[in-house]
Amino acid sequence: MPYHKVIVVGSGLAGLRAAIEAAPTVDTAIVSQVHPVRSHSGGAQGGVNASLANNPAGKDDNPDKHAYDTIKGSDFLADQDAVEFMTKQAGPCIYEMEHWGCPFSRTDEGRIAQRPFGGAGYPRTCFAADKTGQYMLHTLWERSVKLNIPLYEDRVMVDLVLEGNNCRGIICWNLKTGELEPFMAEAVIMGSGGSGQIYGRSTNALISTGSALSTCFRRGVPLKDMEFIQFHPTSLFGTNILMTEGARGEGGYLINNNGERFMSKYAPKAMELGPRDIVSRSIQTEINEGRGINGGDYVYLDLRHLGREKILERLPGIRDLAINFVGVDPIEKPVPIQPGQHYTMGGLDTNIDGLTKFQGLYAAGECACVSVHGANRLGGNSLLDTVVFGKRAGAVAAQWVQTKQKLKEGEAAIQKSMRETKERLAGLLERNGKENHADLRDEMKLTMISKVGIFRDRKPMEEAVQKIRELKERYKEITVDSKGKQYNINMIRALELEGMLDVAEAIAVGALKREESRGAHSRLDFKERDDARFLKHTVATYTLKGPDIAYSPVKITKYQPEARRY
Amino acid sequence: MAKTTVRLKIQRFDPTADKAPYWQTFDVPIRPAMTVLDALFEVMNHQDGTLAFRFCCRAGVCGSCAMMIAGKIRLACETQVSQFLDLDEIRVSPLPHQKVVKDLAVDYELFFSRMKRVKPYLIGKEPYPEKEYIQMPKEREPINSPIDCILCGACTSSCSMAWFDADYLGPAALLKSYRFLVDTRDNAYDERLDLIEHEHGVWRCHTEFNCVEVCPKKLNPTEAIQRQKIKAFKRKILGRKRKA
Repeated sequence: MPYHKVIVVGSGLAGLRAAIEAAPTVDTAIVSQVHPVRSHSGGAQGGVNASLANNPAGKDDNPDKHAYDTIKGSDFLADQDAVEFMTKQAGPCIYEMEHWGCPFSRTDEGRIAQRPFGGAGYPRTCFAADKTGQYMLHTLWERSVKLNIPLYEDRVMVDLVLEGNNCRGIICWNLKTGELEPFMAEAVIMGSGGSGQIYGRSTNALISTGSALSTCFRRGVPLKDMEFIQFHPTSLFGTNILMTEGARGEGGYLINNNGERFMSKYAPKAMELGPRDIVSRSIQTEINEGRGINGGDYVYLDLRHLGREKILERLPGIRDLAINFVGVDPIEKPVPIQPGQHYTMGGLDTNIDGLTKFQGLYAAGECACVSVHGANRLGGNSLLDTVVFGKRAGAVAAQWVQTKQKLKEGEAAIQKSMRETKERLAGLLERNGKENHADLRDEMKLTMISKVGIFRDRKPMEEAVQKIRELKERYKEITVDSKGKQYNINMIRALELEGMLDVAEAIAVGALKREESRGAHSRLDFKERDDARFLKHTVATYTLKGPDIAYSPVKITKYQPEARRY
Repeated sequence: MAKTTVRLKIQRFDPTADKAPYWQTFDVPIRPAMTVLDALFEVMNHQDGTLAFRFCCRAGVCGSCAMMIAGKIRLACETQVSQFLDLDEIRVSPLPHQKVVKDLAVDYELFFSRMKRVKPYLIGKEPYPEKEYIQMPKEREPINSPIDCILCGACTSSCSMAWFDADYLGPAALLKSYRFLVDTRDNAYDERLDLIEHEHGVWRCHTEFNCVEVCPKKLNPTEAIQRQKIKAFKRKILGRKRKA
């Protein structure tokens, strides 16, 4: 069976960055469902935060100020040691990306250009037009080609092999051949991305299902802070395709049906550049109170006053998207937008090195929860998270593998897992019930967005938990139409739905038990933050009866929780 | 009367089971703002679960879903069904002249192996500066457009030179080569020209402009190739240059 000392699952920014760090010292391979340049990191638009102080308005910026903004943005749920580590590493990591070819936009002095972003005291978001994620992703893929890192693509991770407290490898489904393939490794680094597709109205790529994450969860890796789901203020009405925060960073307005810049009511100082949780709630409040455009489910993102030249130079990507998907040219008309699910703040519970509770199992990027984003991530911090903690996990994993005494253990555990997976997939294909799994998926997405969405309340959340359990029962009655081997996406989508339901349940149950409002978790029945009871991380562990919820402490170094005003 | 359904005529082929590709027709209910990708999902979810196609971002940035749609290579995710309502049917088939994995999903191995031959990565001046390389906005201009390539394969699949000459680098790889050749931070000018200056490189391009015609990002690989021909030609006359 294929054996590599380090196997990275996922080839977005976090996975690639981890592999690039580990590969020069230990044999490292990447296993991915899609080719690296297809990964969802490429959907990121606005930029990546680092206090480089290249913008004259940001000359006093430094890592401490970046840390404070991040921690305040997180509503004090982020682990402060991890945040400080991230903001200190930000500069070196961005310069590294630039040295490897990332085509950042430039200041007049030829330095990396920076723009203002939500919730930040200074313009510290380094950008490359409005396609920063795409360019960073391509740069890291290019680097991985330079380093000749083996890539196993079209592989879907379907099982994680743990033996006692150790990680032994993974089991994949090869989409091209329709065969199961075991991979043995001394260390596995998860870089499999977020779980956004569990929700309706998601800005995420269709493969961001949290499927690999759910596989780890089912095998016993705890999930942290899953109830914190970010809603991006500006996604295209209808398709929920992302319209970057950079549009507001460059000076875009949010306008309601009365033609008002309504953010003056909610964040009088920061206006449109409040943090995402606050801006999303503000938009939703306008819509709920009937001030959406023509009373509809959307408001306007107005860029017209920026002028043609600035839009073409700084925001060409979202202009194309608006033209292609809603037939609106932002140079001429305001763009209809609504909040959309955007980011999973929670994830596989790791420490500051990306290590989970299992020896040899690491995670980085959106699938992980270190935690640096706490209850609400600031725009521009997710790309930063991927490169800083991808690099860290890659370095730590490689180091650990080099000191490991006994290698290539766990053959029997891997074979056992192969047998179990084979049975599981055979069982899935044999089912012949009346339920259509695509419809169940739609019901789940609708349930999550409508009942565990921007505003939350006990009763709808209880209904959501109920509904997810009902869907889990009905899942037993599905039929997978496609029984073939070649590129059987129908089966993979059925399989991933099972995991998505587990994760959906963890989100809903965690949200129900957190009786406070903090960051993106906003409850109508508990409107205030409650530090006495809930200044702690939610830790969900998989059981057959549903997630078992416990809590762990938040690391506070120098910033005591205070009221968040913008 | 307004149409309520749209007819997709999809090319099907499972290389492990079928002797030859065949066409199959599906009538799909139209929804507002429906894209071809939406329609393919509708087929897979409710009519024929065995249909295979690639997808990912559904926003025109990942390059997964390039395919032949109504006679032209396009990204299924950003192609609105409504523009074809005057057609009796929308024909959908995989990228031409690529190995089919199944139905509309093709194998990108040849595409990426071509790409890798041009050293598709920055070979920067070392040692690296303490901070970033200084690159003036004016100096960045030549790369502004080539960096937008999403590697969807539309151009190389449409190029008749790439069809018959599997060793031809093709427009996508040559655009990539150009992107680094004109990046002021790159330090491998002669090496890069060596990689593309041969009969399977720039000289194979017969300026058919097919690549320009189909590029969903409106890029111009043909121009990039001609500019590299000029550089190669100049080098022949003026001799190799340095590039510190």
